[in-house]
Amino acid sequence: MNKRLQLRLATSKVFEYFIMLLAFLITIPLFAIIYYVLKTGLSKLSWHFITNIPKPVGEIGGGIANALAGSLLIVLVAAVIAVPIGILCGVYLSENRNSKLAYWSRLAVDVMQGTPSIVIGIVIYFWIVKPSGSFSAISGSIALAIMMLPIVIRSTEETLKLLPSSLKEAGLALGLPYHKVILRVIIPCGISGILSGVMLAVARIAGETAPLLFTAFGNPYLTTNVLKPMQSLPLLIFNYATSPYDEWHDLAWGASLILLIWVLLLNITTKLITRKWKVQF
Amino acid sequence: MESAILSSKNFNAYFGNNHVVKNVSMDIPKNNIVAVMGPSGCGKTTYLRCINRMHELIPGAKVEGKMLLHDKDIYSINPILVRLKIGMVFQRPNPFPNLSIYDNVIAGYKLNGFKIKKSERDSIVENSLIKAALWNEVKDTLHKKGTFLSGGQQQRLCIARAIAMEPEVLLMDEPTSALDPISTSSIEELMHELKKNFTLVIVTHNMQQAARVSDKTAFFFLGELVEYDDTREMFINPKDSRTQNYITGRFS
Repeated sequence: MNKRLQLRLATSKVFEYFIMLLAFLITIPLFAIIYYVLKTGLSKLSWHFITNIPKPVGEIGGGIANALAGSLLIVLVAAVIAVPIGILCGVYLSENRNSKLAYWSRLAVDVMQGTPSIVIGIVIYFWIVKPSGSFSAISGSIALAIMMLPIVIRSTEETLKLLPSSLKEAGLALGLPYHKVILRVIIPCGISGILSGVMLAVARIAGETAPLLFTAFGNPYLTTNVLKPMQSLPLLIFNYATSPYDEWHDLAWGASLILLIWVLLLNITTKLITRKWKVQF
Repeated sequence: MESAILSSKNFNAYFGNNHVVKNVSMDIPKNNIVAVMGPSGCGKTTYLRCINRMHELIPGAKVEGKMLLHDKDIYSINPILVRLKIGMVFQRPNPFPNLSIYDNVIAGYKLNGFKIKKSERDSIVENSLIKAALWNEVKDTLHKKGTFLSGGQQQRLCIARAIAMEPEVLLMDEPTSALDPISTSSIEELMHELKKNFTLVIVTHNMQQAARVSDKTAFFFLGELVEYDDTREMFINPKDSRTQNYITGRFS
């Protein structure tokens, strides 16, 4: 009997260490990636690097200003499109949990979340790029906005579902019309969760390459015209890393590091915001 | 007796096919405290929520009969206007967690977008908090979040928020059931003060509370209004055997 007990306790210990080991192992790829990108990219980073556009092959120097500005602009426009729509859809889904429209809408959101990004890119290509006759940053933003939507919608819905219904009643009992209850009570109370969903969605799309391949397309020059092709960090990395030139490989590593820092910062900010702006009941 | 500010005539309320308030007719006189008591599930909260049209927010809810405020049918007025005239305090304190104490009190104006001067705002906040017997405790922390207060203080904050709108009637849905005895007694004392300015309708399952605070008491049982009388009369000399059984604790 005692022996059996000891065996069972030993098995428990082994199991405990095993899952601990797995939890430790999953941190390795992240740190390996950060380490490798830091090692190869850090030496390329400089003020010059982020304020200059790439030089032609053969010339020393050059930077990624066009891609950095392009990425920021494309992502910003995508967020401007997706955030209001996403939040309001999320509000609808949390307010009307059992309606038929909510059921279909939720299903559409789930399927959209699983749609491969390259498919979204090609659809936007046929819908916008071909009819308009030109690659453009705005078409890239629309493709990315479609990718953002499901994340924003679902995180808004899940956040608002957790708010107590007494909060809504408090607003209604003060004579607030429904839209003011939503805009001035419900959304402000869920703002930390909603914002963290938005930030995660931005972090998610910042590194997307596939939808931009046949929409924003890329551009070796600095431009802010959203109706023209525009460079972005992932596109630059894709194009330059697959080129045969060492100078371009360097640019790709530097750009990778910038992109990685951007996404890490977004994730850390998200954590801080969720903690700081969390509404206590 | 003064004229009735609020009266219901043959009033019925339903959840789908479930008939929860059955043919209730009662007059609520101005500047009185009317307690609505009865066992759980007797329709007293539903009746209260019909008075400021909160009942209809639940899918499948419907009402029949008349509910009059100054002889005008509440169900012919826009619910938003009804709720400005008839304030409500809920079972659990529900201050807006994202707003300061000050902003919670002024929330009815601020969130509705009613434009008022800063000086006027300050005086509304101060007067409402004084009337809600909370001013002395919070006057130095007006800009802290309302949720840092204790449960009893939060409930008084919710009362201040409701009376800041200067409603004619104040509905209270078991306002002390989530509170400790000390907070409860401070809220009960407050009710006596409030009836100078407002008419109060209080739902309670606690008959001692009904006996302590109210001028008139209504006893609901299984959706019916069994008995409605002056509180003293009802507790000393109940007319209906069901009221008698409830008061003497023969069923709960």
